[in-house]
Amino acid sequence: MVNKATKPTDALIGRDAWNIQLDKNGNLKHFLTTEGLGTEVLTKILDTAESFADINEKSVKKVPLLRGKTIVNLFFEASTRTRTTFELAAKRLSADVLNINISTSATSKGETLLDTLQNIQAMHCDMFVVRHTDSGASHYIANNVAPNISVINAGDGSHAHPTQAMLDMFTIRRNKGADFGNLRVAIVGDILHSRVARSQIHALNTLNTGDVRVIAPKTLLPVDIENMGVNVFHDLKTGIQDADVVIMLRLQKERMQGALLPSEQEYFQLYGLTEERLQAARSDAIVMHPGPINRGVEIDSNVADGPRSVILDQVSFGIAVRMAVMTMTLGREPEHEVGTNDHQSERHE
Amino acid sequence: MIIRVSAMSDVIIKNGHLIDPANNIDQITDIHISNGKIAAIGPANTLKTSANTQLIDASELTVIPGIVDCCARLREPGMEHKATIKSETIAATRAGITTLCCPPDTDPVIDEPAVVEFINQKTAIAGHSHVVVLGALTTGLNGERLSEMFALQQSGCVGLSNCRNPVENALILKRAFAYAATFDIRVFIEPDEHWLSAGGCAHEGKIATRLGLKGIPVSAETIAIARALELIAETGVSAHFGRLSSAQGIEMIARAKNEHLPVTADVSAHLLHLTEQDISSFNSACHVIPPLRTQRDKEALQYAVANNTIDAICSDHQPHDVDAKQAPFASTEAGISSLETLLPLCLRLCQQTSLELKDVISKITHAPAEILGIEAGTLSVGATADICIFDKNEDWQLTSETTSSHGKNTPFLGWNFQGKVKHTLVKGKVLFSD
Repeated sequence: MVNKATKPTDALIGRDAWNIQLDKNGNLKHFLTTEGLGTEVLTKILDTAESFADINEKSVKKVPLLRGKTIVNLFFEASTRTRTTFELAAKRLSADVLNINISTSATSKGETLLDTLQNIQAMHCDMFVVRHTDSGASHYIANNVAPNISVINAGDGSHAHPTQAMLDMFTIRRNKGADFGNLRVAIVGDILHSRVARSQIHALNTLNTGDVRVIAPKTLLPVDIENMGVNVFHDLKTGIQDADVVIMLRLQKERMQGALLPSEQEYFQLYGLTEERLQAARSDAIVMHPGPINRGVEIDSNVADGPRSVILDQVSFGIAVRMAVMTMTLGREPEHEVGTNDHQSERHE
Repeated sequence: MIIRVSAMSDVIIKNGHLIDPANNIDQITDIHISNGKIAAIGPANTLKTSANTQLIDASELTVIPGIVDCCARLREPGMEHKATIKSETIAATRAGITTLCCPPDTDPVIDEPAVVEFINQKTAIAGHSHVVVLGALTTGLNGERLSEMFALQQSGCVGLSNCRNPVENALILKRAFAYAATFDIRVFIEPDEHWLSAGGCAHEGKIATRLGLKGIPVSAETIAIARALELIAETGVSAHFGRLSSAQGIEMIARAKNEHLPVTADVSAHLLHLTEQDISSFNSACHVIPPLRTQRDKEALQYAVANNTIDAICSDHQPHDVDAKQAPFASTEAGISSLETLLPLCLRLCQQTSLELKDVISKITHAPAEILGIEAGTLSVGATADICIFDKNEDWQLTSETTSSHGKNTPFLGWNFQGKVKHTLVKGKVLFSD
């Protein structure tokens, strides 16, 4: 007799958080985080987005890939930009879109998140695009929806914002080429609270980026961040030295209240990106920002609107990347669909 | 096998492997129980038997004092939708636990004798395991005014605690300790500096960083321990530190013991087996406060059990309704339903480390009884016959169907354990038989 207690396999205690993103054939089923997805999947997202980027530049921007599908934008946290790009992406794929904004106060009236989900699920939809203030909310939802529904994380707490990270990867690839091996990417600002930064770090490392750096005062860095595969800097100039890509993060005004920072002025003085400081980066460096920008807090207007800024490109690429993720999770990628009128899903019975 | 003769009968437990750390007994022998007390220990042919005698054949089984759990939330009064004294004392007997100590953070708070009486009545009506209670250190656990400690002691409270509610003003804490010391009442401390832990739901470390969860640093525990130790030294109050979670916290307790401060400590059984890695899939069943920490902390806790820095192991039982765990991780309620895994996890500790069975049994019987200052946890002749009999070789799997507690919130569902409770006696009555 084996004289010890044993732990059950993952199958018994619940599906593994990262692997629930893939179906049994290894295809993308949900898109919750950039962590745990291989180079192939991430590259496929970028390649698929590439084919949609062209469509977005044409005068007729619609393709029928998701005709008959219903996509629900389920936003538990306010957002204009992200929700709008998801909505446009869905409409350009000919899907029906429903926007539901649920303030946290509505759910605190007694209806649980599960109740809310089941109610919306009863309307027979195919995809939830979810934004929520709690880290892990999209995993929770993916674990609890009907098996035919795909979930896309549009931002959960401080955990992940994978479509934002992928549009950033897309922007980097467009500007710097497909080989990330020689790139130095610096992420500057409030890493502690940033779901964008976490998703970027996982994606950059999966795409084998040469040097991923984070730059922030110690109060804005989570403990053991090195563990995620980044080099840590506290000085902006040293950190962005010879960088190919500089990503500035938004600084929320409320950070001053929790004693994380003394003032916006001091923050800008130390970590604000100005033309002069940008000189330390490579001459062809690009400047990115997930938006919305706090001009004069984390970035100077001259830089935000300057020649090296690709901030508005990020926004337009965001639509293509979201179209890619939507078609992939619903199993309707362009190459399957060109020239057919088949509206039956191949993978989701 | 049991031959039932009458409810009031004497009981003889035959051929069991008796382990009674308090009396240094570790041998195969028989126990004779009469009038709810242990009447004699020794070969049965020398024991007096009558026609009324109920016989339990304990061959191949281990017989230990009924388990004393020094921290279990029973949810009554106030949260009966989660569990009741009846449901949880029944679950306790199935788990071999014959005495439970309930902290004062019920609703209403145990800050006056009426609440103690209510719990005593409910316990008597339920008729299963014994329940003892801790009174509130401050009224309403608000950390502002001293509770009527003497009255609480008179009504039967075995100690005082402010649970994890802060006493922000150090002067109030010092006076609370001094006043408690006046009446030789032990204070039970769950060390937590709430400014550092507020809003946190996981160990501040690499997993919380990856998952974007607000962390609880080790300093939340160590600062609270340091502050309490200084005041214990000044006031001379006896203190028990409950639910330690960190290697650094353990070191401070070890040092205090070296300096002969009147302190004892416990750990919850799950912290001896789980780490921060277990929450890495946002597993809300592992959302527990204090949080699961690192492998190093877990090993330090196991080592502290072995070297007696930790005196007792408790369940830290916190049963929840299903909805409490149905939400994204940080929004779920903290706590594990853990009565029924206390003994199995302790046995698992023996199986995985060099710890001896009698030493781990001591930490769930005699040692917690001493901390609580109650007569329990031994098989001494004349003692109340609270007894747990288990088969240390039986394999079984924990499922929500086999769980008797109203709370099914345990990360151990699906785990295979070795060692299963077969009979539990409370006051000489067989209340559970498998």
